[in-house]
Amino acid sequence: MNGVYCNSLEGFRPISGGGRRLIFRCPFTDKSKLPLLPAPASCPTISLCLCSASTSAVHPVMADNKDVFDTREASLLVRELRSIFKSGRTKSYDWRISQLKGIERMMEEREKDIVEALHLDLSRPELESIIAEISGLKSASKKAMKELKKWMMSEKVKTSMTTYPSSAEIVPEPLGVVLIISTWNYPFLLSLDPVIGAIAAGNTVVLKPSEVAPATSSLLAKLLDEYLDNSAIRVIEGAVPEATALLEQKWDKILYTGSARVGRIVMAAAARHLTPVILELGGKCPAIVDSNVKLEVCARRIIAGKWAANCGQACISIDYIITTKIFASKLIDALKQALEESFGENPMESKDMSRIVNLFHFKRLVGLLDEDQVTDKIVLGGQRDEKLLKIAPTVLLDVPEDSQIMQEEIFGPLLPILTVETLEESFELINSRQKPLAAYLFTNDEQMKKKFVQNVYAGGMAINDAIIHVTVPGLPFGGVGESGMGAYHGKFSFDAFSHKKGVLYRGFEGDSSLRYPPYTQKKQTLMKALLNGNIIGIILALIKWYGK
Amino acid sequence: MGSEVVEKSGGKASFDVGAAAELVEGLRGAFAAGRTRSYHWRQSQLQGLLKMTEEHEQEIADSLRADLSKPEFESFIYEAAMLKNSCRLALKELKRWMVPEKAKTSVTTFPSSAEILSEPLGVVLIISAWNYPYYLSLDPVVGAIAAGNAVVLKPSEVAPATSSLLAKLVGEYLDATCVRVVEGAVPETSALLEQKWDKIFYTGNGRVGRIIMAAAAKHLTPVVLELGGKSPAVVDSDTDLKVSCRRIIVGKWGCNNGQACVSPDYIITTKDYAPKLVDAFKHELEKFYGKNPLGSKDLSRIVNSNHFSRLSKLLDDDKVSGKVVHGGQRDESELRIEPTILLDVPRDSLIMEEEIFGPLLPILTVTKIEESFDIINSGTKPLAAYLFTNDKKLKEKFVTCVMAGGMVVNDTTVHLAVPTVPFGGVGESGMGAYHGKFSFDAFSHKKAVVYRSFMGDAALRYPPYTSLKLRLMRALITGRLFTILGAIFGLSSD
Repeated sequence: MNGVYCNSLEGFRPISGGGRRLIFRCPFTDKSKLPLLPAPASCPTISLCLCSASTSAVHPVMADNKDVFDTREASLLVRELRSIFKSGRTKSYDWRISQLKGIERMMEEREKDIVEALHLDLSRPELESIIAEISGLKSASKKAMKELKKWMMSEKVKTSMTTYPSSAEIVPEPLGVVLIISTWNYPFLLSLDPVIGAIAAGNTVVLKPSEVAPATSSLLAKLLDEYLDNSAIRVIEGAVPEATALLEQKWDKILYTGSARVGRIVMAAAARHLTPVILELGGKCPAIVDSNVKLEVCARRIIAGKWAANCGQACISIDYIITTKIFASKLIDALKQALEESFGENPMESKDMSRIVNLFHFKRLVGLLDEDQVTDKIVLGGQRDEKLLKIAPTVLLDVPEDSQIMQEEIFGPLLPILTVETLEESFELINSRQKPLAAYLFTNDEQMKKKFVQNVYAGGMAINDAIIHVTVPGLPFGGVGESGMGAYHGKFSFDAFSHKKGVLYRGFEGDSSLRYPPYTQKKQTLMKALLNGNIIGIILALIKWYGK
Repeated sequence: MGSEVVEKSGGKASFDVGAAAELVEGLRGAFAAGRTRSYHWRQSQLQGLLKMTEEHEQEIADSLRADLSKPEFESFIYEAAMLKNSCRLALKELKRWMVPEKAKTSVTTFPSSAEILSEPLGVVLIISAWNYPYYLSLDPVVGAIAAGNAVVLKPSEVAPATSSLLAKLVGEYLDATCVRVVEGAVPETSALLEQKWDKIFYTGNGRVGRIIMAAAAKHLTPVVLELGGKSPAVVDSDTDLKVSCRRIIVGKWGCNNGQACVSPDYIITTKDYAPKLVDAFKHELEKFYGKNPLGSKDLSRIVNSNHFSRLSKLLDDDKVSGKVVHGGQRDESELRIEPTILLDVPRDSLIMEEEIFGPLLPILTVTKIEESFDIINSGTKPLAAYLFTNDKKLKEKFVTCVMAGGMVVNDTTVHLAVPTVPFGGVGESGMGAYHGKFSFDAFSHKKAVVYRSFMGDAALRYPPYTSLKLRLMRALITGRLFTILGAIFGLSSD
């Protein structure tokens, strides 16, 4: 972010790009290079350009005869949605339910299309798409439909003596027009899961799917138009220019899933309109492995939390492992065996693992592997195929902490293992870094679990497993510090898109002159006694009060 | 609420970016060492705050008189007593707040258990306002401490006596390795805002709120912004006129002479009812503040000459000056403006466009009271909205249709004193909320934790993905029992 904002007190206007355009790059890249989509031979290379509006991104699906979505169009869109919101259309229970039903129906009827789009974008195995995206969305919409009445009810709360007699409640209120900017790694789930919350809370919604998963993006645009009320829920496809045009508008909430770098840009843009944000970012999620674990199960769960999670391209997948020096070799052996069971002897050919999303990320990952101080640390895997955008599950042992692979979020199939003398050292190692989105511990030691949960800072945690905490709808999902702010899932999604309006009701009876001027010494004494809950003081003061 | 540059007296060493960085580093060290995490530390600091407020009540009232000519009664009740109540509540509830909350788990993770832990965020910055400079500074500090954070408080330079009193008292009563006060104005605030904080809590106006949030964005720091806005009071003709008037007066002039973020900013009533309402106001105002309110000791003054001339300008606006139906007197040397009521000011006048934050009260009139809802919703969302009526239907409509940070029916401002209700704005009036448990939550991260054992590990979720696994998984998800059985048989015969 250095240099993107000037420190003017006028409102930190973005100064990049010459004009009023924000710098806005592809999620999960820290390089200034342009992300490249793997282009079929018939297409020209498609680059997501950051330079100027005139050479704006050519979206592979948005045919070039379509006009660019610019600031003016964005502002028209928001105005339209705002008037729909004002009309009260989205506030009714029936509307919310009908839209949630639409999402459920869409997931049921179009499963095949969705699986196909995900396969096109990521070579995602069918079962993974079904478990991770489709089932996740189905249960999220089911839960929302089941609980919606309860969520919408205002919550009665107790009142205090100071306002006696009175009653109070907390009324959840839709925010208005919300923007959801999504990402490419779970492009269906991470687009629609927040949409479910926004709809349940009674908002109008604009969804901007990621241009890095173009097939899913265009499918989302098509399906949402077909299954949902398009007067209140809209999809805007596009890349940097479109996102920039959207971010110039005033929203009532923005939920962004992606990288911390873009998160900063989104939040700075939101600041201009005082728009609250939820930022779902990533980070280097560690997994600590103790020596007393059931090794076979542990290895399988690490695989499920790394390579079976979109080939490591998941914000909560395990980024690196910490274990003891002594145990490392055993763990590596177990991983080797479990990997073979999962993906066969030649994992490059396995159909059960996603590919790297695009050439840009492929090169980024290869760059991490080819760093001098890292390349000789490979103990498993290391093979790659640039044409197929595949990298074999790769394990590295004892990479130096200052290597690039330990500095940035890996977001791919590489798994470094750090070793320590005693496992407790790992806590400090984790806490010395930015707070990760998730932290995992594999152990049978109860003391160790307790210490871990008490002392390690992270968005969320799972003990003896990875990733699965996001499937528990009773738990908030969200980061802290560099891994994000705000949370969602289940009721938390509803809350994320609601304002909690405190309402206090009073009658006209029993109005005491105590709180009104002129302020006499007696009033003051009595009022103080009342507020301090000092019964004797109250009685004494009352005697004086009435005895005057 | 305003925050403006005040000429700083020379001679004092300036607090620059270097000093700010050093300060944060020191606090981060103390936090990392775990000093602030224990129940005992939190408890001792809350006790310190309570004791400090109890033992220095008079000094607090004196500094508020120096800064604002605030009546003692208001200082004792709205600043000292409110803060003491916050401390007491936090002390009473802290153990319960700190206990992790158990959460239900789902079939997908069976067998497992789950909980939500409240984890301190780290080092937090609280930037406060001048209008309730004691309470609005320390009330967020109560939450920050209760949640186990290290804290820097920057009180407002616009209330200098209270600012320096806070610096002195906090140094004396609280653990200086973890709780610090930095006094100053724009340069000091800018130096602080350059640092990475784990949360920033700002009370003030929307303009500065934007600056704070943009600065916070550079470090991905979440913010709570407690701003203001034009909080309306709708007065129906079906009401207890006397009580309504008194409750509006106490929420307006009785709250720091209208210089409060939740004060009624303007009133909407029906054309027919307006004259009655104005008469009742006149009557009650005289009872409260006498025939010469400029001389009343029960009204705060305007905080400084900047605000005095801002308010004068609102009154002197051509569109408005003929609309004064009560008051209008001012005394520039004493920074005093009389409780002033204006009837039927045009909606495009300055006074209807900015937050008044002073003793002026415009009354808008409508033909039907329901029209007021549209008027309110056509502006930016206010921090509070008030309604006076006996009509149940109208109350219901008001609560469902009008968007605002918080609401009170048949009273003003008192929702602040109810700790079970979250206090905070929405839209232009702010983001995030606090008070009671909500203060604790505002300074905590809710960490989700799932516990599993190594038992009951199903091969289903692991590759290689066979078509049987696919069938079973699909059946499990849709909950089709028959297919599940079929698939299991299929699987076992595999």
